[in-house]
Amino acid sequence: MSGFEDYKGTWVFIEAKDGDIAPVSLELLGAGRQLADKRNAPLAGLLIGDNVTKLAKKAFEYGADVVYVYDAPIYRHYRTETYMRAVLACVEKHKPEILLYGATSTGKDLASAVATDLPTGLTADTTQLDVEADTGLLLASRPAFGGNIMATILCKKYRPQMATVRAKVMKALPRQPGRTGAIVAESIPLREEDIRTKVLDIVRATTHRARIDEADIIVAGGKGLGSAAGFQLVHELADVLGAAVGASRDVVEAGWIGHHHQVGQTGVTVTPKIYFAVGISGAIQHIVGMQNSGLIIAINKDPNAAIFNSCHYGIVGDAFVILPLLTEAFRVALAKGELSNAGKI
Amino acid sequence: MLHIVACIKQVPDTKIIKMNPKTNTMDRSSAPAILNPYDSHAVEEAVRLRARYGGVVSVLTMGPPPAVKAIKKCIEIGADEGYMITDRAFAGADTLATSYALTKALEKIAAEVRPIDLIICGKMTIDGDTGQVGPGIARRLDMPPLTSVNKVVEVNREECFAIVHRKLEDGYEVVRSTLPCLFSVEKEINEAPYSPLPNMLKAARYQPKIWSVDDLPGIDRTQLGLKGSPTIVSSVWAPQKPQGGKLLDGDPNKQAEQLLEVLLARRELFAAVTETATGGA
Repeated sequence: MSGFEDYKGTWVFIEAKDGDIAPVSLELLGAGRQLADKRNAPLAGLLIGDNVTKLAKKAFEYGADVVYVYDAPIYRHYRTETYMRAVLACVEKHKPEILLYGATSTGKDLASAVATDLPTGLTADTTQLDVEADTGLLLASRPAFGGNIMATILCKKYRPQMATVRAKVMKALPRQPGRTGAIVAESIPLREEDIRTKVLDIVRATTHRARIDEADIIVAGGKGLGSAAGFQLVHELADVLGAAVGASRDVVEAGWIGHHHQVGQTGVTVTPKIYFAVGISGAIQHIVGMQNSGLIIAINKDPNAAIFNSCHYGIVGDAFVILPLLTEAFRVALAKGELSNAGKI
Repeated sequence: MLHIVACIKQVPDTKIIKMNPKTNTMDRSSAPAILNPYDSHAVEEAVRLRARYGGVVSVLTMGPPPAVKAIKKCIEIGADEGYMITDRAFAGADTLATSYALTKALEKIAAEVRPIDLIICGKMTIDGDTGQVGPGIARRLDMPPLTSVNKVVEVNREECFAIVHRKLEDGYEVVRSTLPCLFSVEKEINEAPYSPLPNMLKAARYQPKIWSVDDLPGIDRTQLGLKGSPTIVSSVWAPQKPQGGKLLDGDPNKQAEQLLEVLLARRELFAAVTETATGGA
């Protein structure tokens, strides 16, 4: 391990979206702050976009000491080619020890390209991060082999050490209003005519209730519901609660419901206030996607199902009996106003 | 003639694989080896594009000799040609070393068989779960990587461009790229492929071209396999077991009643629900 003395500090790629910082980037600043403190080194944000310099203020308030900014119209839309060139230039110039990205479609795309060009190691979809205080070795842990086990991945011989990190797993620090840092404006020569990809249009999906990552309540069903017809019970409970519908990977692969509803390592990570897991056995691949939910309620007929280890309240029983009872009980409670509050219209 | 190469992998079916609880290693004998499900959609998309534009669909894999079976599966789906690189020197490769080896094979295909216009990869493999190999190949071949593709609008070989939809967290973007380029595709891009009988007959007899390291010109052995891999797995461990929650006893009616009590006690959680349920959205 020689020649690494020049590599210092932890960096977070800050994803700018719709004029704001993506929540996952704030979470990573929280996680990155701990790594940087352990190494007694600065935490930096790497911010790329068009008219994004103003976002640096927020990054400081969430823990960054420094923000490197590439602010130019050519970065208006994310493109691998342009963003990658900026990251490569910045890494070469300022040499971070650790560089973290959100495991979003943008973060994963960018990190994969950057890792190949540097080259360096890249650990995907990390759910735990730690660093050895004396050596700076990043311990990046993630579920492996379909989530059957956890694996800790190291990158001993290359710097920077890079990882993409699942959204909603790390915790953002509380905002510290007035906390400031240094903005370092950077630029590289890029000409639009040399870029081989163009974003022609961006279409926001507006499908109501499909957005499980934003729902306050999710009713999720698994293979234990037996069939697409059985899965209908999940929809019925969700309808009454105004909840989004989630699903295990098995269910999505069986075609009972679309991919957008899949919760877990290969699906979406969710943190609703209430999560119902119905007929879901609780494979780690699912658990990592919902374990930070506020209140987890598991319903499964197998008393030994792993899901009961990850819930706050469990019901051992037949979903086909329990679910209609619950649906009706909630319907009555809502009608009577027992579940209402002052905000009710 | 449009030449599409799909990069595919044979994987253990991680959904049913058993782990050895003492060593935390996979009991490979417990799970059948299958074509990575995401890759079947990549091959299917290549076959559909050939139906639209004509051309040739090749598939390429790196793996141990039994991985020939995964190539045969791709022939069943409709691929024309199969290539496999297999060598002990490839063993233990992480995503960086894997993309290097596959790139060398792609260069050989392009130089000796026919130029490549488009490479299609599945979103990720179910045993690696990274999605990093596709973009890695694209960078090494200096092609634009287009990840998260869930629709191919057009591939125009004459005018050297492709237009696709890239899935975003909350919608999609329409992107135009020059050809050649690389797509890594989402499952939803097409329905699971089926295998027409004539293809199955062809597949039964089909033998792919098989290359070892020595067959790949200009290859740097230090970039292969375990020693060419920057990342190493330092430890594997069983995830910690959460202590578990409170079980609600009694008959189903009693259970439902108790759960309702629990939720009534925390009715503040329902603040947002009430709005939605009453049409506030």
